[in-house]
Amino acid sequence: MAPLIDTLRLTAEEASRLLERRELSAAELRAAYLEAIAERDGELRCFLRTVEEAEGEGVPIALKDVISTKGVETTAGSRILAGYVPVFDATVAARVKAAGLPLLGKTNTDEFAMGSSTENSAFGPTRNPWDPTRVPGGSGGGSAAAVTAGLAPWALGSDTGGSIKQPSALCGNVGLRPTYGSVSRYGVVAFASSLDQIGPVAKTVRDAALLYSLIAGRDPRDSTTAELPEPVRLPEGDSLAGIRIGVPTELNEAEGIEAGVREAVRRALELAAELGAEVEECSLPRSARYGLPCYYLIAPAEASSNLARYDGVRYGLRAEGESYQEVVDRTRDEGFGDEPKRRIMLGTYALSAGYYEAYYGQAQRVRTIIIAEHREALERFDVLACPTSPTVAFPLGERAADPLAMYASDLLTIPSCLAGLPGLSIPCGLSQGLPVGLQLVGPQFGENLLFRVGHALEQALGFDTVPARWREAGR
Amino acid sequence: MTWEPVIGLEIHVQLKTETKMFCRCPTGFGAGENTQTCPVCLGFPGALPVANRVAIEWTILLGLALRCEIAERAVFSRKNYFYPDLPKGYQISQYDQPLCTNGKMILPTAEGDRVIEIVRAHLEEDAAKTVHVGGRTGRIGGADYSLVDYNRGGTPLVEIVTAPDLRSAEEAKRFLQLLRQTVVELGISDAEMEKGTLRVDANVSVRPAGSDELRTRTEIKNLNSFTFVARGIAAEVERQIGVWESGGEVQQETYDFDAATGRLTPRRAKEEADDYRYFPEPDLVPVEPPAELIERLRARLPELPAARIRRLEADLDLERATVLVTGGLDRLWEETVAAGADRLAAANVIANNLVGAGVDPAAVPPAELARLVEARERIPRSAFDEALARLAEPGFSADPYLAQESVADTAALEPIVLRVLEANPAQVEAYRNGKEGLLGFFVGQVMRETQGRADPRVVNDLVRAKLAG
Repeated sequence: MAPLIDTLRLTAEEASRLLERRELSAAELRAAYLEAIAERDGELRCFLRTVEEAEGEGVPIALKDVISTKGVETTAGSRILAGYVPVFDATVAARVKAAGLPLLGKTNTDEFAMGSSTENSAFGPTRNPWDPTRVPGGSGGGSAAAVTAGLAPWALGSDTGGSIKQPSALCGNVGLRPTYGSVSRYGVVAFASSLDQIGPVAKTVRDAALLYSLIAGRDPRDSTTAELPEPVRLPEGDSLAGIRIGVPTELNEAEGIEAGVREAVRRALELAAELGAEVEECSLPRSARYGLPCYYLIAPAEASSNLARYDGVRYGLRAEGESYQEVVDRTRDEGFGDEPKRRIMLGTYALSAGYYEAYYGQAQRVRTIIIAEHREALERFDVLACPTSPTVAFPLGERAADPLAMYASDLLTIPSCLAGLPGLSIPCGLSQGLPVGLQLVGPQFGENLLFRVGHALEQALGFDTVPARWREAGR
Repeated sequence: MTWEPVIGLEIHVQLKTETKMFCRCPTGFGAGENTQTCPVCLGFPGALPVANRVAIEWTILLGLALRCEIAERAVFSRKNYFYPDLPKGYQISQYDQPLCTNGKMILPTAEGDRVIEIVRAHLEEDAAKTVHVGGRTGRIGGADYSLVDYNRGGTPLVEIVTAPDLRSAEEAKRFLQLLRQTVVELGISDAEMEKGTLRVDANVSVRPAGSDELRTRTEIKNLNSFTFVARGIAAEVERQIGVWESGGEVQQETYDFDAATGRLTPRRAKEEADDYRYFPEPDLVPVEPPAELIERLRARLPELPAARIRRLEADLDLERATVLVTGGLDRLWEETVAAGADRLAAANVIANNLVGAGVDPAAVPPAELARLVEARERIPRSAFDEALARLAEPGFSADPYLAQESVADTAALEPIVLRVLEANPAQVEAYRNGKEGLLGFFVGQVMRETQGRADPRVVNDLVRAKLAG
């Protein structure tokens, strides 16, 4: 008889305390999650695969399937990598392993992390635990849904334009996209190198901070990483006295933001003011207007190059052909789904001779402007706040055939990603019975500040992360 | 009409760093196929490059030797194309912000210094080695299958691009020899064309002498020795002149030089894309070499070959000075002369006899060599040759060779000379009818008869006298 562990409610911090007090063994804890997976993942499909045996005496973890795990198949949600078993651990995988966190399994993702609903996975979509007819967001829908559904106490995701923050918002949990350069990308299947960041998904801000502290810091294998300027502090306290919160008008009143979402965020900001924060409107006009087009030039351009290595020569899928060119063409045709193909074409075009200056070059200049605009705003404010996603979780299939509607899901997360800034999404209420995420953006390496603000609000909001339909069963 | 060749070179120098450009795999030759590889140089998903600091410093050192401006901020870029020797689908190279630009190399010539502009020198990673099996061409098109050895993949390469400043095949060859010697003396590469650690492509066009137009150029690849560089360029210059003179027009094309036939064959189908879609490599940070590092490297620069040619020229002549310096022989020459040898004689012995004997000049004791040079006309030729061949052996002494005397006694040599002349009546006849070049033939025969002990000058006089008589 397995011990009574309510994985729907248990936080990583509480689980860790149970292990420390030896009220529970790591094996029992992990078994409880595997049992929850057996029970609920048939419906949700958060995991692409679970791991039978795993080392570590700590709180178990799930990793998004873009993170290389030595000896464990890593597909990035793509047919082209089906059967690919890495011979090395990504730095983040090695770091959580070194911290004693046993692996539960690899979670579903849009193919190569390209998407906002996890419907682009070659292995089928993941469903939202709050409403299985709806998407969990994406690309990290597997990790986000797994944490909400109690299939993993915490997980790692990757975020290029919102792939951690947006699914966390849609699944009602906490997701952090760290400052670009604070977490190593080594061994993480690359989508857009100048934007990709690895970060935690958890039930609480403190759990997210704890997991972030395990993975952050310079890695000699990733030249773009830096040492953290200060150690990670687990947030405490409920006061926001002295905190200046900027509310960018354009990102709070953009067309397409649902009324229920706007209302939940407005109430959260009122609460912040009650906790002592100065809340004031501000403006990020160019970031809001040009963020999305800028992103959809830079990210596909880098992707078109990053995905060139999947040629069937050394690993993964290889289609047969009469010549080298034919093998490459067929492998890529059969191996890639529509979204990677779409972005490879977009990116190839944007980088082509004669178009480079007008597209990629121009996008880089716009990015510089977006960085500057954020820097100026963050000279006046400690954090910036807006909804994480313009909408709550949408029905499966609703946007699958309309790439532009899908791209608009990331309208609010993209600007700060382009600026390389950290963003924290916390659940701030419900709209139509579905979670709404509040996005807090901080200055470079301002994670501690985000944790402090996020934690205080989280305490005051008292959001119940357990999906309504499971609350009776969970208790 | 007289035509003037216009030649520019693209030179790839493989650096001899211990580890690769973007990972820490060893670079050595001779290991089993695909044993010097890792996730980075195999382009595994998620693997990231980390730039080799030594390779960057060596490139700056070379840039300084070529009097380049060193960039305050250099950027690595991705050059995108598909080929099985390129595991990532792109090569990390440098594009619009290379490490070294605007340099020049002085090429001493009889007409004074020629200044060859160096457009740029940048750092990149080498591709893997491919072998295409089956098919007729040895190329990937039509091959039955291809094998890839990734050991070489990721080795640091410096690409040096000259302006089209070279004006003859011979000049291009001399430039290349001087550049090679510079690289070797900096200690950054073995730069051996035969082994592919020095590779050269030539861009060639011709124009009416005196004009400053630039006509359509062609590119010649596969020039893998200094001789082939000169021959390949000369052949292309001749071909282009023929095209223009027959009223045709030179087309922009790439040719392979076939050393066996001396012919240029145009590359058939394009194997690579035209548009490399360069963009800054987002996985690496820009290289910003501190001024202090550049000064430290500048202080390490030795006296460069071009300067030494000019210095030696004062004591010898341009040709001998060039041969000694580009052969890495000038230090030995200087020490041998300092030990008492005649300048010219020492130069000839070192540049001809010693190199011919395959002796490592660095292992030669200059004092012993000086004694041999001084005694070269007194001792038997055979003794001299043997001494040279053994000069680099540990503990070598010239004493036993210097103790031998050559046969200079006319009385002893005369019968041998007569015997040789009698045995070759046809040659004697030819000589007497004006073919005086045959003198060396008779001298050689006599030297052979005496097992090299005869004094060649005496034999020379004797043969000449007998033939005249």
